[in-house]
Amino acid sequence: MAVSVRQVEDEALHVIKTDRHPEDEILRKDRLPHIWCPGCGIGVAVTAYIEALKRSDIPREQHVVVSGIGCTGRVAGYVNLDSYHTTHGRAIPFATGLAIANPELEVTVFSGDGDLFAIGGNHIIHAARRNVDLNVICVNNFNYGMTGGQFGPTTPEEAKTTTTPYGNVEDGFNLPYLAAASGAVYVARWTSLHFRPLRDAILRAFQKRGLTFIEVVSPCPTSFGRPNELGEGLDEMEWYRLSCVIDHDADLREIGLSMRKDSHIVVGNFVDVERPEFLERYERVIQRAQGQRSAAQEVGPESKRDQAQAQGGAA
Amino acid sequence: MRKLLAPEGVDREAVLAGEHFMTGDDACAEGAIAAGCRFYAGYPITPSSEIAERMAKRLPQVGGVYIQMEDELASMAAIIGASCAGAKAMTATSGPGFSLMQENIGLAFMMEAPCVVVDVQRGGPSTGLPTLLGQSDMMQARFGSHGDYAVIAYAPASPQEMFDLTVKAFNMAERFRTPVLVMADELVGHMSERVVIDPDKIEIERRPRPEAKPAEGARILPFGANGRGENGVPPMPLAGEGYRVHFTGLTHDERGYPQIDPETQERMIRRKIRKIWDHRDEIVEYEEVELDDAPIVLVAYGSTARAALRALRLARERGLRVGMLRLITAWPFPGRKVEELKDRELIVPEVNAGQMAREVERWARKPVHRVNRLGGAPIAPEEILQKIEEVA
Repeated sequence: MAVSVRQVEDEALHVIKTDRHPEDEILRKDRLPHIWCPGCGIGVAVTAYIEALKRSDIPREQHVVVSGIGCTGRVAGYVNLDSYHTTHGRAIPFATGLAIANPELEVTVFSGDGDLFAIGGNHIIHAARRNVDLNVICVNNFNYGMTGGQFGPTTPEEAKTTTTPYGNVEDGFNLPYLAAASGAVYVARWTSLHFRPLRDAILRAFQKRGLTFIEVVSPCPTSFGRPNELGEGLDEMEWYRLSCVIDHDADLREIGLSMRKDSHIVVGNFVDVERPEFLERYERVIQRAQGQRSAAQEVGPESKRDQAQAQGGAA
Repeated sequence: MRKLLAPEGVDREAVLAGEHFMTGDDACAEGAIAAGCRFYAGYPITPSSEIAERMAKRLPQVGGVYIQMEDELASMAAIIGASCAGAKAMTATSGPGFSLMQENIGLAFMMEAPCVVVDVQRGGPSTGLPTLLGQSDMMQARFGSHGDYAVIAYAPASPQEMFDLTVKAFNMAERFRTPVLVMADELVGHMSERVVIDPDKIEIERRPRPEAKPAEGARILPFGANGRGENGVPPMPLAGEGYRVHFTGLTHDERGYPQIDPETQERMIRRKIRKIWDHRDEIVEYEEVELDDAPIVLVAYGSTARAALRALRLARERGLRVGMLRLITAWPFPGRKVEELKDRELIVPEVNAGQMAREVERWARKPVHRVNRLGGAPIAPEEILQKIEEVA
């Protein structure tokens, strides 16, 4: 049956007329409007997260969001969940403490490329190596938007920013390759155009135990789009539509981003493997330690052993 | 998979009761375990590494978790995260690592997250004297993080105090919802002495918790004005309880929401400072040794107080009336006590170029006599005695 333009408009109007936004229950309405610019992709990533959360079996109160500093760092402030807005670069170690102290929590780190891969770069590789049970969502907009558009760890070579006025001479990180090499058990890349695959990737990340990593390529029309002549947010979305190639089996070494208008953006769910999570392994440590302790208690009091150790100069 | 929620009271199974001959670093770790610490995140650094090693051995025995982080920035962030999930959490370090922790010590103050940071001090600046004594971070303890804040810092002078003051540090952290520092030094950390651990004498304090159950529409105020009636310390909801809290390092209102304006800054930061400053009489601790008849008073702390005590005895043997004020809390500083002593001759020995001496001078409102060594070796009692004889 054909649907008339009028009907579509009516349906659209009907949605607009409802007094509750579909995401209201997971947003802190009293914090809105948000600070993000028109055309920014962070909102799409947040909506994808919320939609994934609604579909997840994990009780709402167990979902926690931790952010660092920057535009994406503000995500923690807008979700109506237990949420922690930490210092620049330290979202992952903060989240590590939360996740280990209460393994029931489903902790998602939501932060930007600069926060996670420049000032916080050391933390993500180690969290992935340890395989702490965290979901890391990185909104990659190729620059430090909050501070006025300086270049960052993912800014492609030759890109113009306020601190690369003559073009960037450094290469940007290839984030999925880095995350996979560091040991992440799930690695995906989508853009803010790919709402449904992004939502499903986040849902998959909730199901995984261990460190998952999702890159969300996002427009930053105000700070990165303008100097690089990428147009408005919508123009960038159109460019994603034309240039994105879905390849779940892509060779991760080959999927670095140049952001040149003639280049491809390879997206997909690249890695989905099983590897024991940190606390699962630590359980072995607890069992061994408690076994040894009860054996030692049968031999004699701890104080005698301490004395022997000290006298033997072991300390 | 278990939650690392802090035990309600003394977990007798976990406490290493008895009389021991142990190092200060080991005693510190045992104090943490006795206080209910079940999460330790750290990065090895001399001369504090023995604390990490002891925690790595002991925590899994009592169902806790030791995690070795990639650096001190991560260690400090991790203990704040663990605290927000309800664990009693600690890290230990020395000068260079303590510098790296400063930004997040400010975050712990801002988020009002109880935690304990131990600094076994060595000689600085920079890499300085990794294996040798210093008391070089006393001012960093007070002012190391940016912005205005208040801090509680202990200065243990023996392995026994490494145990006792670590327990106390956890209690104060919980009671005031704030980071607490244990400013030890290499000598106290590495010396072995008798340490008595009596579970009956251990007191455990818990952070204030919200009374109202989490409910749709009803919000509690984790940084709230209702804190006024509770000594300025608001109740702390934990992650996962359903309160849907927001904690941020940004200046925030009573709900925890960012509020970037001068009025909120005054109201909220002053309240966070006041909750400690208004209770300084309950926090401040010092030891008085033969003060009453003494025209000359040594003001000392940490391992240097041991040399000062010896110097005091030697001086008394020579008929010189010397007393000592030993700082147990360096911060808040026992300013009123020092003010009472302003008419005495004050001598401040310390293994730095004169850090706490500045604070003594500020309260005594006059210059003091200093005995300093920049690190590497303890100040000998004879050096202090020499200064006493000069002053007498």
